[in-house]
Amino acid sequence: MLTNREISTPHEYAQTIKPEKHTWRKIKRNYELYLFLLPIIILYLVFRYYPMYGVQIAFKDFSPSRGIWGSEWVGFKYFQQFFDSYNFWNLIENTITLSFLSLVFSFPVPIIVAIMLNQMLAKRYKKFVQSVIYAPHFISTVVLVGMLNVFLSPNSGIVNHIISFFGGKPVLFMADENWFRPLYILSGIWQETGFSTIIYLAALAGVNPELHEAAVMDGANKWKRVWHVDIPAILPTIVILLILALGNIMSIGFEKAFLMQSDLNYATSNIIPTYVYELGIQKSQYSFSTAIGLFNSVINIILIVAVNRIAKKLTETSLW
Amino acid sequence: MNTLLSRKTKGDMLFDAANYILLTLIMLTVLYPLYFILIASISDPNLVYSGEVWLFPRGFTWDGYDRIFNDSSIWRGYANSILYAVVGTLIGVSLTVLAAYPLSRKDLVGRGTIMWFLLATMFFSGGLIPTYLLIKDLNMLNTIWALALPGAGGVFNIIIVRTFFQSSLPDEMWEAASIDGCSNWRYFLSIVLPLSKAIIAVMVLYHIVGFWNGFFDALIYLNDEKKYPLQLVLRNILVQNQVNANMMVDVESYAAKMRVTELIKYGVIIVSSLPLLILYPFLQKYFVKGVMIGSIKG
Repeated sequence: MLTNREISTPHEYAQTIKPEKHTWRKIKRNYELYLFLLPIIILYLVFRYYPMYGVQIAFKDFSPSRGIWGSEWVGFKYFQQFFDSYNFWNLIENTITLSFLSLVFSFPVPIIVAIMLNQMLAKRYKKFVQSVIYAPHFISTVVLVGMLNVFLSPNSGIVNHIISFFGGKPVLFMADENWFRPLYILSGIWQETGFSTIIYLAALAGVNPELHEAAVMDGANKWKRVWHVDIPAILPTIVILLILALGNIMSIGFEKAFLMQSDLNYATSNIIPTYVYELGIQKSQYSFSTAIGLFNSVINIILIVAVNRIAKKLTETSLW
Repeated sequence: MNTLLSRKTKGDMLFDAANYILLTLIMLTVLYPLYFILIASISDPNLVYSGEVWLFPRGFTWDGYDRIFNDSSIWRGYANSILYAVVGTLIGVSLTVLAAYPLSRKDLVGRGTIMWFLLATMFFSGGLIPTYLLIKDLNMLNTIWALALPGAGGVFNIIIVRTFFQSSLPDEMWEAASIDGCSNWRYFLSIVLPLSKAIIAVMVLYHIVGFWNGFFDALIYLNDEKKYPLQLVLRNILVQNQVNANMMVDVESYAAKMRVTELIKYGVIIVSSLPLLILYPFLQKYFVKGVMIGSIKG
């Protein structure tokens, strides 16, 4: 670079040479920091980037003996097969409905509970309530679904005991496709509401008390202060969390739906992640299930980017 | 100041009363299922089965726990889970902290690029099957490494730790140390780590809970029952209703079997949650801290 270019002034010389030399010096001086990063970079290359290379089997007829590279290209055959398959619309509907309804019903609950907790003046009791409602967050999905099974069991479950006590007929909750979504959502609310209040409580703690005082001076009662002071104060937090949630609509978790799934509620509990597992891991249809997974992640990216862009326009808050 | 805010109208008193009642009801709704499992696990299964246990244990018995403690698959699951949690946490936390520190340094050349290299995996991933095929090709199926390595050093955790470093370690401190001839490595060991006990505690607890409660990776990557972590053993009992036959050798009739199965289910939930229950005071404190640090940025 130096030889091709004529350097006329010392100033220019300094401009062309120095930054690079300086950069090298910086890198050299901090070489240890790169060693710190080395393990994670290798790990990411192997376990996160190599599978991205492997995703090409969605466009190939993958056979384990021929490997990823050696398998034959088939273009969009598996995507076509997925779009044409009898349960395509059912899968899309199940996935979006479950995810969307979860969001609609679960999202507001922690906001309300956080505002209520924030209004609670008895410190000790408040702490106690918090300790209790945070707890289910630490219960594993297996145990949660196990709890659903024992509580909702038609013969011995406590819920059906209550129903029969009031003269009703036992309901086969876990084996009913119409109950799958309500149970999924309600158990989610039960498990995560408490823990999700933390972030709103933090935002509420940051509200300037002078605002409340001024509102009291103006004759606002508690209810009005909640509406006109607390809620506007936490609105940015609400918007950011809503953006995140909307962007994640297609990335609904596998675990709970899988554990709650049975042949009897399959019509509503069969969602894309469980279907990919069923086809890919259980039936070894590698290319087909990879294509479905890829389809899902592409929609996911589009969603995240779109939601973020809309949010930027509307509210000037965005994720990046 | 305080008097002004504590001045109450009649409406405010009504508001407070409604607030207390509602929150108490919410709290009880969360608490009761957990409490019920506890009392059902030590009650006579016949009474539980017929719905006669509500508020207090009745027909007290340790029978369920006896059967659980005599079952080797649960013990093995327990031991496996502890092993996976310890190894996985050690690897995960070390890698996370080690990666987060350089990324918190403003003078790191290429910081933005490396950050994007990590962040990109949040938006796009190869997905379940390509990852599974890779693990298979690496001959890692049925090994602890399939659980501990692929997920280690998640981006979210790295960002949380990095945010902590950025806000609690002033740049001047490193500058002063480096002028005195301190190397990066020594600075990391003798200054950074001792000042980061809180965030390391957060990470350790995040990982322990994750490994203890996780079952998905084990479901996919382990097919040898001897290597099952506790959650997979639990899945067989709680979700698939398969209680080990040797827990039931002395139970005769089908009806009695079903009752004892229920009893075992309640007990097994308690037994499996015990370690996290013991850790709960720490979990609560440090998980809250983690959420706070995480919310500073994004």
